[in-house]
Amino acid sequence: MLADKDRIFQNLYGFQDWRLAGARKRGIWDGTKAILEKGPDAIVEEMKKSGLRGRGGAGFPTGLKWSFMPKQSDGRPSYLVVNADESEPGTCKDREILRHDPHTLIEGCLVAGFAMRAVAAFIYIRGEFIREREHMEEAVAEAYAAGLIGKNNVHGYDFDVIVHHGAGAYICGEETALIESLEGKKGMPRLKPPFPANVGLYGCPTTVNNVESIAVAPTILRRGAAWFAALGRPNNTGTKLFCISGHVNKPCNVEEEMGIPLRELIDRHAGGVRGGWDNLLAVIPGGSSVPLLPKSICDTVLMDFDSLRDVQSGLGTAAVIVMDKSTDIVRAIARLSYFYKHESCGQCTPCREGTGWMWRVMTRLVKGEAEVEEIDLLLEVTKQVEGHTICALGDAAAWPIQGLIRHFRPELERRIAQKRGAKPAIAAE
Amino acid sequence: MTKIIIDGKEYDLDPNLTLLQACEAAGKEIPRFCFHERLSIAGNCRMCLVEVRMGGRPGPKPVASCAQQLRDLPPVKEGQPLHEIVTGSPTVKKAREGVMEFLLINHPLDCPICDQGGECDLQDQAMAYGHDKLERFKENKRAVTEKNMGPLVKTIMTRCIHCTRCVRFAAEVAGVDEIGAIGRGEDMEITTYLEKAVTSELSGNIIDLCPVGALTSKPYAFNARPWELKKIESIDVMDALGANIRIDARGREVMRILPRNNDDVNEEWISDKTRFVWDGLKRQRLDRPYVRKDGKLTEADWPEAFAAIAARFATTKPERMAAIVGDLADAESIKALKDLMTALGVVNLDCRQDGAKIGLAPDGTRGPRAGYLFNSGIASVEAADALLLIGTNPRMEAPVLNARIRKAWLRGNLNIARLGPPADLNYPVCELGNNPADLIAIADGRHAAFETLKSAKHPMLIIGMGALARPDGAAVLAACAKIASATGMIGPEGEAGWNGFNLLHTAAARVAALDLGFLPGQGGRDTAGIVAGAGKGEIDTLFLLGADEIDTRALGKAFVIYLGSHGDKGAHRADIILPGAAYTEKPGTYVNIEGRVQRANRASFPPGEAKEDWTILRALSEVLGRKLPYDSLAQLREAMASDAPHVAQLDKAPGFPPADPAIWRAIGTAGPIDNAHPFVYPISDFYLTNPIARASATLAECSRSSAGRPLASAAE
Repeated sequence: MLADKDRIFQNLYGFQDWRLAGARKRGIWDGTKAILEKGPDAIVEEMKKSGLRGRGGAGFPTGLKWSFMPKQSDGRPSYLVVNADESEPGTCKDREILRHDPHTLIEGCLVAGFAMRAVAAFIYIRGEFIREREHMEEAVAEAYAAGLIGKNNVHGYDFDVIVHHGAGAYICGEETALIESLEGKKGMPRLKPPFPANVGLYGCPTTVNNVESIAVAPTILRRGAAWFAALGRPNNTGTKLFCISGHVNKPCNVEEEMGIPLRELIDRHAGGVRGGWDNLLAVIPGGSSVPLLPKSICDTVLMDFDSLRDVQSGLGTAAVIVMDKSTDIVRAIARLSYFYKHESCGQCTPCREGTGWMWRVMTRLVKGEAEVEEIDLLLEVTKQVEGHTICALGDAAAWPIQGLIRHFRPELERRIAQKRGAKPAIAAE
Repeated sequence: MTKIIIDGKEYDLDPNLTLLQACEAAGKEIPRFCFHERLSIAGNCRMCLVEVRMGGRPGPKPVASCAQQLRDLPPVKEGQPLHEIVTGSPTVKKAREGVMEFLLINHPLDCPICDQGGECDLQDQAMAYGHDKLERFKENKRAVTEKNMGPLVKTIMTRCIHCTRCVRFAAEVAGVDEIGAIGRGEDMEITTYLEKAVTSELSGNIIDLCPVGALTSKPYAFNARPWELKKIESIDVMDALGANIRIDARGREVMRILPRNNDDVNEEWISDKTRFVWDGLKRQRLDRPYVRKDGKLTEADWPEAFAAIAARFATTKPERMAAIVGDLADAESIKALKDLMTALGVVNLDCRQDGAKIGLAPDGTRGPRAGYLFNSGIASVEAADALLLIGTNPRMEAPVLNARIRKAWLRGNLNIARLGPPADLNYPVCELGNNPADLIAIADGRHAAFETLKSAKHPMLIIGMGALARPDGAAVLAACAKIASATGMIGPEGEAGWNGFNLLHTAAARVAALDLGFLPGQGGRDTAGIVAGAGKGEIDTLFLLGADEIDTRALGKAFVIYLGSHGDKGAHRADIILPGAAYTEKPGTYVNIEGRVQRANRASFPPGEAKEDWTILRALSEVLGRKLPYDSLAQLREAMASDAPHVAQLDKAPGFPPADPAIWRAIGTAGPIDNAHPFVYPISDFYLTNPIARASATLAECSRSSAGRPLASAAE
């Protein structure tokens, strides 16, 4: 279990003052100038050594991502964009940072922006996050007033932070759709290449990072990469915010070490599964996009990128959705299918057409109104979507269904058989 | 150059090619819907997926080949095999079949009643990539309400596959942000937002671009199937650009007109007037000769009409006769009329119906060809970096050329200024006002525009008929020639040369007529002189070769012979009507603004007793006792070539004319420019500029809707 001294987010629950004065008491903005004095390359190097992997879901090494930014400007400015469009069902970690610890993020913006030679950071906040935006805006204003950021600040690196409020589209959490939206266009993902590090916001080199990835950076740099790397497991280092929801006794957000066993995470922090561990049906371990895990895997699996990948799921945003045996698992996944159908931007064919098809088949499967062959058909449709789209939304729509079929196929077949039994087939058919 | 293996064979290709283009260079066909060479890349249909194997290993997932360039591939590691693009592997086939299935599940099965049937990309590619399990989609199909896109474009939006070609065309080529997608996911719909016609003269091109039957031609709806049509390659005469067209005819009837690709002229766009004029070919046609008897035009036969003309000519002195060539005439009939008139000793000849002061040198002899051509060539507009529009509205006068200017502007280094009344051209223009005399200031270097033109590498003038068809037109032309010389616009000849002195004609016949010298001879009258002379009784007999744009009410008591295809103003005034062929009904030669000689072909036959114009003139010449020395089109063309040798060089623009100062001094006549009369554009209604267009119900509808007038309701 993570020791209190190793916690990065000390005001996760909002028990303390979120404003600048309170943040300073928790050590935020402490020695920031000293961090910057190490120079951009040293910071990137340190981040690489820490082993921090992006906290937005894909788990790309953060230091490596920063190193893609141009070291010498060709006349275009570089930008940092913070993805605070947290919309993944089950996920509510960035929100806590935004409203309870905004200064960790602002300090992170300065440090990360400095490391990638950016002139400004844009924080793109999800449309539904009203209070969060208010806190962020106030915190940014405080930071400007205190000379921590802005022109001629105490850190000697001119840097602006702009808070932008989105309009509430899930797709705008995809980094290139976010950039489009930030530019005032319709939130539709761009083709890659070119990657944002070459052509991003307003055509300039841009790095898009998750809130948590940026917010942990100053602490890592203050305490050293070795400290961070010593936590967790190799290639899955550090601490992570987990969001535990669903059929647990005490749903919560908690900062824990990477690689904590799933069962320990639920039992220790969330008061255990409702009705006891044996009442567990399945867990979605990383937000709605990743395939679910049946209880047999949940018994032993560790919560980190590689362990979950090995069981054909993923850490994603570390949003643990717990479902006990009272859950209609097919209906639960059908609801996720509806979500992806609703949030598909409609730009590219497989996702536009496939998400609706998958949702409709899922809806029938809930009641068993389908042929047994349609389970294979559905699986094939998910494969036709997966990997064929411009962005990862198509994959995200496909995976939950693939997880369901992989682990709960007997349940699907049972419902079909039951439906048949209830309504005997007419001989002529 | 980049080395790459495509399906097992090694190629060395330009790294700027996309994977799709690389595969095409290797002779591999890649299916696509959203990709189009002349539009930006959307990468959204996902049909062009290929597999890219790097270092000999299969790629993690298929790649949209339209959206990646060869140089985007990571460098080949030392000692590793080259990257390979695989276009035919089972993975690729499966991926494309998957995409095809997705496109088809919500596409209606209405091919039998779809106008795109037979020339539908979706249909064709479904033959290759549609698998036999298509009936496995058991859900309801999506239905989408039709959208109103005006009188030209019919929408059946249920068929839409959301490739966004129309959206990109409107935004990029036409320059109107009036088509877009609303809604998300499977509810995404292509619409004009406000349910009205797109305010572009190029809107019909979205019909061609649409790979399915979502956007089809409204006037052509349910008229024909593509396989019933005879497809004739021809040349358009609606403006002077000489757009390359394909005329689709069934039997004697022209069913539709489509563009042909010609990168040097029209790329693959045509204007709405070009595309939708075909119903005008069936209305108001002159299908038999007429002779005016007791003030009324009465039906006659050919000998009767010829005899009446012969009788008239026998009693008229040549100096009291005149001939005017209209805007749609082909070079052959111009040549035949000129030869006939010359044989009769007539010098009152003109082809400049609008009175443009071009084609003649100050001493009244024929001026240099460079003085009336679009010398840079149409394609070179893209190379220009400074452009001054003088009394021209290219959007109305040559919409396809306007799209080319916009393309150059979009690339970011073209400065455009205008001397003339303001008009929206779909790109920003620096307004220099509308004081014609400013041209002299520019020529003398006393105007800011002079410096801009002088400092540009490839400066360009486009001078419209609005600046030249006025009493001081020759002075305007001389001032423009001086600007061109003074700002270094007239460079060397040849490949690396430049010449930015450009005239933009509005009449398709004009350049050929000037080339053939259909101009007032020694002591001859020009158009204004002929009309005035007729009014005053000094011209007794007037021959109009399809000339309808002159003031026919001012012709006094003159005896008018009208040879043409449509019953327009000229025919109404005529005493004798000789029914000719429209441009789709005769093989003809046309010379476009840049001096490119192009041949039109016959797609159908003229109606009734109408004949090809030159044959009428040839027959008439015999009756008049001045038999023209050619019996066949080939002989006529030979005669034409000996007159003007370049008219025999087909499909070739003349290239930059020599920088010889003698040439450039002989253009126009220096003199004062009248500032009291600002420039006025020659075209006030784009859709109704010639007799055929005025006979078209479709274009009349366009004219009404573009003017914001309510739709006619009488017919309903």
